[in-house]
Amino acid sequence: MTITTILEKLPYGEPFLFVDTLEYIDEQKVTGSFTFRPEMDCYKGHFKGYPVTPGVLLTEVMAQIGLVCLGIYLTGGPEGMSFGLTSTQVEFMRPVLPGEKVTVTGEKIYFRFGKLKCRVMMTNAKGEEVSSGEIAGMIVQPVRNS
Amino acid sequence: MDKVTLLATIKEVVAPYTKNPEALATLNEDTDFIRDLKINSANLVDVVLDVEEKFNIVIDNDSMEKMINVRSAMEVVENKLAAP
Repeated sequence: MTITTILEKLPYGEPFLFVDTLEYIDEQKVTGSFTFRPEMDCYKGHFKGYPVTPGVLLTEVMAQIGLVCLGIYLTGGPEGMSFGLTSTQVEFMRPVLPGEKVTVTGEKIYFRFGKLKCRVMMTNAKGEEVSSGEIAGMIVQPVRNS
Repeated sequence: MDKVTLLATIKEVVAPYTKNPEALATLNEDTDFIRDLKINSANLVDVVLDVEEKFNIVIDNDSMEKMINVRSAMEVVENKLAAP
């Protein structure tokens, strides 16, 4: 599966798409990047007068690139299926400011019985480690409000 | 491996994943992983992977689906150990 196909199959849209591009992917590993646009709404309140990217959004970028992109590659992104986040264990080492580009690397720990668990690391443009941890998700039927 | 040791080993494996310490304390062959131990389906995968590692066996999809309680988990392990 090509990188273009994976990006097309991502289930996210604005304002919650946190993958700009993938640089590399195989069955074990994925690398991709995202730039936090300074005009994003979250910076208006996190924090007041002192914009810093919220940790939950760093986690989201790590999950979208390091887990979901790899999951689509491994499963072929079958129609009608979705990924449900099941656990995150993430440490944060450095702040990410508006406009910063981050690079995420996800490495498969296992993909068994429909559950994918990855070791995920995020670095900034200087190559410094921003955050790292383990994130897992499972293939699920999409949940829709009726 | 005798049943007592097998049961004790399974108890050890599920301990970190259970949300119900009381059911863990009284764990027996009838204990259900989801209903009694309150282990969610995502963590059930980790339980099965830990069982594989603990007993050095490989559990296939069909066996995994059978492992809903302590008794069925013990049966799966015994069968795999008998005929690897």
